[in-house]
Amino acid sequence: MTASTGMHAAIALNRFGVGARPGEPVPADPKAWLLGQFEHYQPRPAAWAALPTSASLVNAYAEYQRGLRGPDELAARQQLGKASQENLRSAVSARVASALETPAPFAEHLVHFWANHFAVSTDKAPLGLLAGAFEAEAIRPHVFGRFEDMLLAVERHPAMLLYLDQPRSTGPESGAGRRAPPERRRGLNENLAREILELHTLGVRTGYSQDDVTELARALTGWSIAGLPGLPQGGSPGNFAFFPALHQPGARQVLGRRYEASGEQQVAAVLADLAARPETARHIATKLARHFSGETPPPALVERLAQAFLASRGDLPTVYRALLESPEAWAAESRFKTPWEWTLSALRGLGWREPGRLPLAGTLTQLGQPVWRPGSPAGYDDMDQSWAAPDLLVRRVEVAARLAAQAAPMLDARTLAPQLLPGGVGAATTTAIARADSPATALALLLASPEFLRR
Amino acid sequence: MPSPSILVPRRRFLQGAAATGLLAAAPGLLLAKAATTRRFVFVIQRGGADGLETVVPYADPAYARLRGAIALDPAALAPVDGLFGLHPALVETARLHAAKEALFVHAVASPYRDRSHFDGQNVLETGGATPYARKDGWLNRLVGLLPGSGEAIAITPTVPLALRGPAKAGSHAPSALPQAPDDLMQSVRQMYAQDAQLHALWSAAMESRGMAGAPVKQNPAELGALAARFLAQPAGPRIAMLETGGWDTHSFQPTRHANQLKSLDAMLAALREGMGAAWADTVVLVATEFGRTAAVNGTGGTDHGTASVAMLLGGAVDGGRVLGDWPGLAPQALYEGRDLQPTTALDGLIAAAAGECFGIEPALVERTLFQQGAAGKPLPRLLRG
Repeated sequence: MTASTGMHAAIALNRFGVGARPGEPVPADPKAWLLGQFEHYQPRPAAWAALPTSASLVNAYAEYQRGLRGPDELAARQQLGKASQENLRSAVSARVASALETPAPFAEHLVHFWANHFAVSTDKAPLGLLAGAFEAEAIRPHVFGRFEDMLLAVERHPAMLLYLDQPRSTGPESGAGRRAPPERRRGLNENLAREILELHTLGVRTGYSQDDVTELARALTGWSIAGLPGLPQGGSPGNFAFFPALHQPGARQVLGRRYEASGEQQVAAVLADLAARPETARHIATKLARHFSGETPPPALVERLAQAFLASRGDLPTVYRALLESPEAWAAESRFKTPWEWTLSALRGLGWREPGRLPLAGTLTQLGQPVWRPGSPAGYDDMDQSWAAPDLLVRRVEVAARLAAQAAPMLDARTLAPQLLPGGVGAATTTAIARADSPATALALLLASPEFLRR
Repeated sequence: MPSPSILVPRRRFLQGAAATGLLAAAPGLLLAKAATTRRFVFVIQRGGADGLETVVPYADPAYARLRGAIALDPAALAPVDGLFGLHPALVETARLHAAKEALFVHAVASPYRDRSHFDGQNVLETGGATPYARKDGWLNRLVGLLPGSGEAIAITPTVPLALRGPAKAGSHAPSALPQAPDDLMQSVRQMYAQDAQLHALWSAAMESRGMAGAPVKQNPAELGALAARFLAQPAGPRIAMLETGGWDTHSFQPTRHANQLKSLDAMLAALREGMGAAWADTVVLVATEFGRTAAVNGTGGTDHGTASVAMLLGGAVDGGRVLGDWPGLAPQALYEGRDLQPTTALDGLIAAAAGECFGIEPALVERTLFQQGAAGKPLPRLLRG
């Protein structure tokens, strides 16, 4: 293998994929290897299939909410906390397992990218239950589909509706708005509308106004969830529901375009238009380019991806193909792995096929990136400085020591290094591994090496 | 209250001196007073904290109407003056106010006027006039103004934007991981020796771990105590930053906001306790990216707004006061008909507080930390003389 093929193989495995596995052949044609994965993506792999649906979880949440109003509020609260924790743990396991087993590591990496683009955060109560189901139901099915379909699935999903306070948002002139007594005045909540424009589609500072936010919020009224206490009856419990009684009547004006009154479909028409706008194309192109090619992505690459997005009407495989065909994405400049990326690549590199009883949710928290808890709807930022931090670096070494101690009897860091890092390692890493006082120390040093920390 | 007029001639003199290059030749003139025992702590409230339910304008005629069901009962508030009262969860803060060690500045805002958290926090932390105009943070530039061992620490897993930049800044947060063996740590240190980025990170981490002492838990009080452990050391950092999140109360505001304030109050109490005698030399600034709508929204919360309240606390603060021009909550007084109107520039407040804290000329601090001069009339003196 030539040095440059080795480097390209390393980039395919580590930058685009989620890390190499011992004993697997290094891809001879790295680009073809990645393109071939489009056919092997599993939207619903075995690890996910066993988990409860969001509808059953929303119904369980509604039960807890009713319990909170009952005589034993504390017990209900504790029950919700326990259920959230257990559910979150198994969902994190499913996420890790599908990334460990996958025949299409690039596709799994893209799942993580989109889940962070449409971020929810478990620091809001029901999301501890729903974050995993949201990724399984709204993100995974659409990663190789059209952006518009993913957008619609995301904004209608109970997890996003609950996260951004949508279910109870009420049109002031709707039936429910007019009937409510003044002391229990109900009205708009503009949280979801603002984040759709700012984070999910157009991107911040792209020219929309407060009026656009408010109009979108009015159009969104009625988009809700069936079976929650204090909301209209009807619909399939735990699922998306449209409640005409909450919907603000009349035509809406968003970004200069008029949308006639059409109930549930009114905001769907707005979302379809937002998905097709050039600002959205540029926003998505910038984030993808940054993630795979460097913190400050080359403008030509961004432009090419945005054009691919627009020309294909948001066909995501077309955009990914444009990315893989771009020399900028294969440049030598590397990204500092996020804690999530580093942990996954370490587990894969040590040959784990399923997470077993590893306490990964807690480990990721300690490493600074709790799964599905970015703390804000913007998701985790994609800047090296957020992760290349003093204390977090030491923590990676601590985790490396623990993982290496379990794996050391089976693996030799000296033979593993060229498999995991086919682009080669520097003299400092080679020396450190060679001089290590034990196989476990050598493996830990490989995982903590400058080359393994970056992708 | 000491008259601000005392400051003005000195400020004019120094501006003139700077313009003629006199100061460049004699930096000691400016910085002599900054070799200091003073401490400055920035507590950021991420998510847009509702100033109107923190330092509550209960006597404003429009308050109860705007807030409806979520309005606080004036009888439950800790008294501040005839217009304002403190939210009942702020027990320690109220105590500090009574001891004249807490100062509130109402209707403050950064130069940012839109309603995105992420842009708003970017402006708040960088000190730029617009989002993403600067890459480093104002707190880092403040470190750069201190002489000698000007160092800073963030009690967070990563260095927050406000503290990023060329000046030396570490971060440290409690970890529950078992420590790695010493020989591994030594080998890692050697392995990173030739890697500029990793070498710097590793050195900073070892230094911070040395200072932090025994591990602590990750709750607000422990974080406050941990910050104090760094700051109270005679040779420790003089600048620290703490983060609080979760202020984005679009729904169920009364409970959520009360819990937020309780955590903040516990953090401040632990910080004061931990500082010991050095509390007398301490200034704590608490600020958020923007406030929230004046009126309650349709779901028992409030949406993104504009002006909020900032707090200065510490033994060095000349407290017991509420500063700022209260714009009122009448419909025509609201910003864009919906938010508390900003009347004091947060940038100017920060520059004044930091400048007074370290005895550095406010105009220099303001120029260095912020993109644009703060509009509006100068603030009165904030700290004890």
